[in-house]
Order: sequence, then structure tokens, then C-alpha cells
Amino acid sequence: MTVVADTPTGNPAALRRLRSEPLALWARRGSAPLVLVLVLVAGSAVFGGRFASALNFGNIALDSSYLLLIAIGMTFVIVSGGIDLSVGSLLALSGVLTAYASRWGSLPALLVPLGVCALFGLANGLLVGRARIAPFIVTLAALLFARGLAFAVSAEGNQVHIIPPELALTRIGQARFLGLGAPVWFALTVFAIGLVVLNRSRFGQAVFAIGGSEEAAELMGLPVRRVKTVVYVLSAVLTGFAGVLVAAQTQSGLPTIGEGRELEAIAAVVIGGTLLSGGAGSLFGTLAGVLLLKVIQNLINQVGTLTAYYQQLVSGAFLIVVVLIQSRLARRSPR
Amino acid sequence: MTVQAVGRRGRTNPREQLQAAGVYLAIAALLLFNLAFTPHFATVTNLRLQLIQVAPVAIVAVGMALVIATEGIDLSVGSTMAIAAALIPLYIGYGAWPAIAVALLAGVAVGLVNGGLVAFAGMQPIIATLGLLVAGRGLALVLADGRLVELFDPTLGALGNSAVLGLPVSLLIVVGVAAVAGIAMRRTAFGRRVLAIGGNRAAANLAGLPVKRTLVTVYAFSGLLAASAGILSTARQSASDPSFVGLLIELSAITAVVVGGTPLSGGRVRILGTLMGALLMQLITATIIQHNLPDSTARMVQAAIIVAAVYIQRGRSRM
Amino acid sequence: MRTSEAGTTAPALRVRAVSKRFAGARALDGVSLDLNPGEAHALVGENGAGKSTLIKLITGVHRPDEGQVYYDGEPVQFAGPRDAQAAGISTIYQEVSLVPLRSVAGNLFLGREPTNRLGLVSFRRMNRQARDVLQRYGITVDVRRPLGELGLGVQQMIAVARALSTDARVVIMDEPTSSLEPREVDRLVAVIELLRRQQIAVLYVTHKLDEVFRVCQRVTVLRDGQVVHSGSVADTNRLRLVAMMLGRAVADVREHGATSFSEEHHAASGEPVLRAEGLTRRPLLSRVSVDVHAGEVVGLAGLLGSGRTETAKAVFGAEPVDSGSVHVRGHAGGAAKRARRWSPAAAIRHGLGMVPEDRAAEGVIGELSVRDNIVLAALPRLTRAGFLSDRRQDRLVDTFVKRLQIKLSSPHQKVRELSGGNQQKVLLARMLCLHPAVLILDEPTRGIDVGAKAEIQALIDELAAQGLGVLLISSELEELVEGADRVLVLRDGAVVGTLRGADIDEDRIMHTIAAAPPDAAASGE
Repeated sequence: MTVVADTPTGNPAALRRLRSEPLALWARRGSAPLVLVLVLVAGSAVFGGRFASALNFGNIALDSSYLLLIAIGMTFVIVSGGIDLSVGSLLALSGVLTAYASRWGSLPALLVPLGVCALFGLANGLLVGRARIAPFIVTLAALLFARGLAFAVSAEGNQVHIIPPELALTRIGQARFLGLGAPVWFALTVFAIGLVVLNRSRFGQAVFAIGGSEEAAELMGLPVRRVKTVVYVLSAVLTGFAGVLVAAQTQSGLPTIGEGRELEAIAAVVIGGTLLSGGAGSLFGTLAGVLLLKVIQNLINQVGTLTAYYQQLVSGAFLIVVVLIQSRLARRSPR
Repeated sequence: MTVQAVGRRGRTNPREQLQAAGVYLAIAALLLFNLAFTPHFATVTNLRLQLIQVAPVAIVAVGMALVIATEGIDLSVGSTMAIAAALIPLYIGYGAWPAIAVALLAGVAVGLVNGGLVAFAGMQPIIATLGLLVAGRGLALVLADGRLVELFDPTLGALGNSAVLGLPVSLLIVVGVAAVAGIAMRRTAFGRRVLAIGGNRAAANLAGLPVKRTLVTVYAFSGLLAASAGILSTARQSASDPSFVGLLIELSAITAVVVGGTPLSGGRVRILGTLMGALLMQLITATIIQHNLPDSTARMVQAAIIVAAVYIQRGRSRM
Repeated sequence: MRTSEAGTTAPALRVRAVSKRFAGARALDGVSLDLNPGEAHALVGENGAGKSTLIKLITGVHRPDEGQVYYDGEPVQFAGPRDAQAAGISTIYQEVSLVPLRSVAGNLFLGREPTNRLGLVSFRRMNRQARDVLQRYGITVDVRRPLGELGLGVQQMIAVARALSTDARVVIMDEPTSSLEPREVDRLVAVIELLRRQQIAVLYVTHKLDEVFRVCQRVTVLRDGQVVHSGSVADTNRLRLVAMMLGRAVADVREHGATSFSEEHHAASGEPVLRAEGLTRRPLLSRVSVDVHAGEVVGLAGLLGSGRTETAKAVFGAEPVDSGSVHVRGHAGGAAKRARRWSPAAAIRHGLGMVPEDRAAEGVIGELSVRDNIVLAALPRLTRAGFLSDRRQDRLVDTFVKRLQIKLSSPHQKVRELSGGNQQKVLLARMLCLHPAVLILDEPTRGIDVGAKAEIQALIDELAAQGLGVLLISSELEELVEGADRVLVLRDGAVVGTLRGADIDEDRIMHTIAAAPPDAAASGE
């Protein structure tokens, strides 16, 4: 049990300390949007119109939309107390399958990758939920397997499947509406649905409870295994959808894309204030985290002297710093 | 309740012993299979090649085994290899040994950061080392500007390809590393501390053990070994390739450790088993490649083995 | 609700002659038990008597090898606690099994949240219903607060409320009061009364005999997997229960007294070996000073959360303090340390030793062998150039296994296979082999069987007679009364009184604790 044995009912000073904790909570939850605003202002001040233009913001939004889709699923997984490292590879696999299946038409090009990703999610979920293997091991294996499959479908990377440009599917990747690319609208729609599901459904409550204390959730009669399985399926399918959108936008499926995307997604979720140990988190935070990462990457690109490699460096450092602050503020002991 | 424990005697559980022997049985089976069905398998050249190729994974896996024994994990090993590889061409101008020293120091430095984040900041090992997995590869690429650099240094070349008494140098390094780690875990107070921390960190602290120092040492050791593996890979390929060296090696290393009988839950370790685990993974890859199956198949098989190995482990730790 | 005439009701749950073996060892042997509606049934016995196994058989965690469980007259075999709960058998565990990060209302309604027309969770209705439910049990809390912020007692109540709102007909409570304060126990007792009035059958598993008499109407005593007594509580008394649990004659028990401490007390004189001054850690401790002389047993009394464990941990350097100092005149000789930079390692070097309260979480390292556990803290003394000497380890382990009579099959046996009492002895050995000047014992006899308890109490006596200073924390007042030479009483993280010699009795300790409680009423809710 994580309950502090001496949580004091009879100790006024201790109660005061507990009451002051919402402040820490706010600092943790509210930090991502706040930093985001600061970074936006600073970026605009330094780079002016080159950064703060409708065109550039549109690009950032488009770039963010794929990550947001992945990060929404990742938020569910992390809140449930797990982690999904397979999303980067699944993104590539989904793209490759979309391109491969596009020879049969738009619908197969959409359904084949989603179906395969759902199977991967199901396997992840069953191995985590039923076989009780550590999530990071299961999803690392899935990472390897999905990448292998993506290469196998692409003749070991020697063949790039192309989506015929006349295919209707390309439009869901390339169409624009109100100045923003279609993927942005898809991502925002999924985000809205995700908000309702996580915060207002029984399923969402169960996800929180399982992440908070799996043992207790089990004893209270929640269908722990099923919820966990669904969470991983959700993550895989959303990633698959992101992969379809990427393929539709680029009109091809490359088996090499998405490397390190899992880390980016985890970073976004954690920066957004979701506890890595599970049980607490918010999708709004995830949205802010995604935007923050992408804006910073965009700014790095604006500085001509910095190569793209700095993005990785900054993302990693950012992840460490945020988790560091999180653990300081929450003062939770490591497992 | 203690009832369940009555009648069970720790060391002589036949099922447990069978599971521990599993890796040896699997190696024997694979060897037999290859002897029967793989042409040119039982040649000195081929066997030597296998042993040379397994060296980086085996070295990294030994460090990983110690980290896992503390109930931790080190995902940053591949990136540490890349940093070491990226540093070699930058310092090779001063000679091979200074460059190697710098690379090793960098590995220790990464390990110290990992250890510091885990021990002093109280971060979960997965996350601390995940951060360095991303940032470390980025740093290596920044250092090398993303380029592959060919190296023609005789000392480095000898490290990668020469042999002493017919045994490849890299194999000797593996044996040396494993011997040091094995003796340290079995015969020294340090080893006992590592196992105690992995078994119950709070209890280790209350027993007065220097928990934080020990954790930092273990991660630093893992960093040192990862850097060594990076140097060996670079020496063997006569090229520093920070984009690809050590990519996904954390997976192979974890698999080797788990397949070799070390539970992920900490508190126990098997060094020899870890070496055998690494050898098993190498043999599987070699078998697949020598039968002209593509690389992607090798990955998928490896993935399946990881899950299977951890699944069996889980049964063991549950009792 | 079922029709039931008082006195002639059929048992809600019947256990008939169940047996269970684990790996050849007999855990339960032909145990029978009836739970009647509206009755609280105590289940007592030493550790290892089979209480937990019996609960697990009832709730479907294990299957009986022989015998049968009947629920409502029908033979049943549940698939697990969830299945049992669905059928109306709720279990409330020793540690509260709720989700600390979720709100009180969320915990109460988890899995069956009230929804609106769209199928979405209606938090407003959920909170209102939660308030109503809790009010029925006399609990007023802000139901939106995270559960983890509340006291354990309130959490326990909420667990009970949850169990009842799932239409339970049988409630099993597994040592529900082990971490509750007396006031919270009172409230639990009142709730159990309420349950009985609703014709719910209660199985009350406990270590504490006075609760048997206070709460229950029937009692069943288990020993070595067998029922040695079952009957009305009114027909028995404390002494007989103890005798039956131990399997001894009543006369033996009376002769021994309730604890195994000898009557005579140790004289404390001269310089203290341990002097801790002004230990402050806001808000848990304020200016706590403790000194212990050689050969003296100093008791720390106080309610849960009064700062007993915090004091022990601060003295031992296991938890940080804001200010204060610890002086130890041990092997290092006259060493003084500012408590700020104190650590367990430093404390041990200076001659302190501690056996923590939570044996499993902070004490034993289950995967390691008994030998490795015992020598753990002494490692620096058993090595030469960093290498361990097998011979020296074995000699040390051998000495202490004999001296403390630790029952094991081999020193290489894993420590988690030992019983609670023997694990506790391993922890004592770990500290004693350092030859400390002062030993801090935090609840050294909690949750261990009566035999081992007596041995450990006798050992404390013996050690003190040999000159060891002991700081003894216990929630059992009689242990302090009979074992300690001096008792410091703590309340709200401060020392509120000191009792010596003949002044130490249960009444005085309780009076000191209770004297002018400043805010007990305010923080009760």
C-alpha cells in the first residue's frame, strides 16, 4: 500500500501540510501550458515573423497532430500504470501497410493498418494484462517485432510502396480546412473524444483507479485485465491512425520512420503533468506537452547553426528535467 | 502467512533448476541443429566470428545484469556506445589510447548521471535512462555531426581484429569483464550490497548500507562497459558510426540477462547465465542469417524470445 | 432482506470440515465454522494457525482439498474475491484496499458510478450519494478529497461503507484495527454494531483479545490448522483464550503474566549512552529529547501518529530532521553528531542499532538467505580487502542462530520462508552482531506468534541486564509497563510526560496521553 501509515488525523500541522499540496499539484499540472506560453512569446520576440506566422504555426500544428494522436493513447496507457514503447515502430508499420494495401483501394489502405495495429495492441494488452509481464518488456518486444514486420513488407527496406496520388485516401492526409491540414482536425476530434472517455466514462474512472492501485482495483471488482488490454489496443490503433495519416500525406510508406517517436510521446505526456507511476494525469496537459515539444523543435530549426540532432538532445534533456521537477514536487518515493 | 512456505527448501527446487538450465539446453540444441543442417558452421573461422560478434552485447549485458540486480534497468547503453564511438575520431589525433581513455570516461560520466538521477533524485530507472537514451544519441550525433568516420589506426585495428594465443582480443575482454563482475558479485561486500539493494532498498538503507553510492557505482560500471563495447565495435568496423552503433542493443542485453536467469525484479544475478544468454541470442541470429532468412525475421524471432523468456521468469519469481 | 427470526436463523455461511495442504504441509485440518446473520464471530489464533488460509478458502483464492463451503445453504466454490464479493461476501483487508489518488466518492462508487442519460459519469450525483452513504455511518468528510489525504481510520470506514453498499451479507474483516487509533477503533466497533442490526454476518479476525470481548458474540480458536475451541464469547475469558491459542494449561499462563518481562528493573546511572536533543521535523516532531543509559529500557508511548516511529527514525538517521542533535557514547567513544547529517550508516558506526516496525518493507530482504540477512550490516567487519570471508560469516551466523533460537533448515534458506517471529529474530541478530550500545526496537513483537513474542521479550530483558540500552516502542501498553524502566509519552510529535519505575502503569500512561488533548475533537472528522 502506498498510504502513509501515519497520515495524521490528529495532527493539525500535518493537515496544514496536506492542504498546501494542491499548490504543488498546480505547479505540476499547470507548468506545461505556462512554459508553452513563455516559449511562444520568447520565440516570437527573437525570430519575429519567421516564427510567429500563420504559415509556421500551421506547420507546427500539422507536425503536432501525429504526435498528439500517439500521445493521447500513451496518456491512457501511462495513467493506467503502464508504458507503450512500441508506438514508433507501429507508426512505421502502419505507414508501410497503408502504402502496401493502397493497391486494393482506399478502404483496405485504411483498414489493413488499423486492423494489424489493433492486433499488436491486443497482443501487448494480453501479455501485460493477463500474463502480467512488465509493460516495458512487452512493448519493447513489440517495437522490435513491428519494425521487423515493416522491413519484411518493404523487402528489407529496398522497396518503398507508393500510394497512387489519385486515391481518395491521400485527401485525408492532404486536404485543408480553415487553413489547417486535415490531420489537425482529426487529432483534435480524437482529443475531444479522449477527454470525454478519460474523464467522464466508467472506463476512464477504471483506468485511473487501476493506475492508482491495481491491487485495490482488482479487489474492488474492476475488470482490470480487460481495461488494461483495451488501453493498449487504444494506443496501438491511434498510432496506426497516425501512421495512415503520415502515409497519406507523404504518399508513401517508409519502414524507417518513427524511430524515437515513443520517447517523444512519453516526454509529451510526462511534461503535461501525467504521473509516470500512473493514477493521475490529464489530456489537456498532454496537448500542452505535445505543442511545447514541437514549438521547441521548430525554434531549434529556426536557428540556422543548429542541426536536427539537437532536437533529440533537447527532448531527452527536457524529459529528464521535467521528471526531476515532478519527483521533487510530488515527493513520491520510487518504486 | 507462512503456511505456504513450510516444507519448501530454498536451493533444491527442481523446477527452478530446470529453468536455470534452460539457456544451456537451448544453446546445445541450436548447436546440434547447426552442426546438422548449416553448411560451414563447424569451422574455426565461423565459430571465431560468432564469438567476436557476440562480444559487444555480452559486455553490455554484464553491466546490465548488475543494474537489473539492483531492481533497475539501463536503457541508455546503446547511446553510451554511440557517444564513445563518436569521441574516438575526435581524439584519435592524440593517439589511440588517449582516445580510448576519453571514450571510457564519457561512458562513466553517462553512468554517473544515470546513477545520480536514480539514487539521489529518486527517479525511476526506466525514465532516467530513457532520457539519456534520447539525449545521448542526440549528443553523439551532434559530436560527430551525424557522419560516419573511417579510422585507420593500427592499435585500434589490433583491438578489433587480432588474437592472443589464437583467442580474439574481444573475447578475452568479455571473459575478463565477466570474471571481474562474477567475483565481485559472489565474493565481495559490494556484490552483497548490490543484491541487498535490489532485494529491498529500504531495508538495505536501514541496515546502514551505502545505498546511493552503490547504485551510482553500478550505473557507472554499466556506462563503462557500454563505452568499452562502443570502442570494440568501432575498432572492429574500423569506423565510428554514431547513428547505428549500439542501436537497440539495450534490448539484446536485457534479453541476454533475462534469458540467462536473472529476474527483472532484482535481488538475484547470474553472470555466467548472462554470457550464455548473449551467446544464445547470437546463435539464433547467426542461424537465421546463415539460412538466408532476412534480418527482419531475426528481429521478429528475437522479440518472440524476449517475451517467452520473461514469461518463464515470471512463473519463477511468482511461486 | 431475508426473513429471519431471531435465534433460529440459518447460518449465512457454513464451512464444513475443510482441509488444505501446501506442498505437503498441513495448513487446515477439518475446520468447521458457522457464521450467523447478525452475529460477529471472532477468529483468533497464533500466526500460522491457519486464519488467513481459512479466509482464502472462503473467498475462493484457494480450493479446499477436502470439505465444503456452503453459502445460503448451497455448496459454493468462488473463483476469487471478486466472485465472492458479487455473491455478497465482502472482505476488508488489514491494509486498506482502496485507491489513494482517487476521491472518496470515486472510491465508494468505483465501477458503478452513477451516470446521466448519455452514459457519462455524473460527478454531482456521485458526490451527493457518497455524502449520504457516509452520513449513515457517522462520517463527514469532503467526498471530493483524494482518499490518501485522510486518516487510516476514515479510510477503513470508507472501505466498510463500500463493502456494504455492494449489498454484502457476509463481511470478513482481517485484523481491521491493526493500524487504527483507539478513537477510530471505537467508530469501527459502532459500525459493526450497525452491521449486526442489519442482519449481516461478520467474521472478525484479530490478534487483540480485548476486541474479541468488545465486538464479538462467538469465538473460534485455531491452532495448527485445527479448531481447538468454538463457542460463545460469554462462556470464556481472556486467560482461557490465551491458553487455548498457545496450547498450554491455564495455570502456566497465569504464572507467566501477560508478557515475559521479568519484574525487576534495571538501574540507570551515570552518563547516558544515547542522548538525542531537540529533534525537530516540522510538522511531525517538535523538540523531542530522549536519553538512554546503559542497561536501561526506555519506552516510547503514544497513539498512532504521535511521533513514536518518527522519533526512532530520526534518532537512527533514517529520516531527515530540521534541527536537533544525537550523541552516542558507543564504540566510537564520545562522538557527537549533528542530527542533520546523520544517516543509518553513521548511526550504526557509532553504536546504534534499529529493528524497524515494518518487517517486510524495511527489514528482511526476502530473496537473500538467512545468513546474508544476518551479516548484512556487519559486512565491513567481515571483509578483507573487500572480499568476504565465508568462515567468519558462518561463525557469526552460527552464534546468533543458536543464541536467539532461530528455527531454520539451513542458513542458506531464503529468509522469506521463515515465519514472522523467526524473521524478527533474524533482524535482531543483524543488529546484535554489531554489538551496539543502544538498540532501537520499533514494535518488536507486532504480528508475531505468542511463543516468539515471549522469547523476544525475555531477550530484551537479558540484553538490558548485560548493559545494552534499549529504546522500546510498543503500542501494547502492558509491554511498556512490564518491560520499560522509564516511559516517555508522546503526543502530536512532542514529549508530554515521563514516567519512572513504579509510576509506570497503564492508567497513568493513558492519562498522560489523554491529558488536555488540544485538538482531538477538531481533527476527528
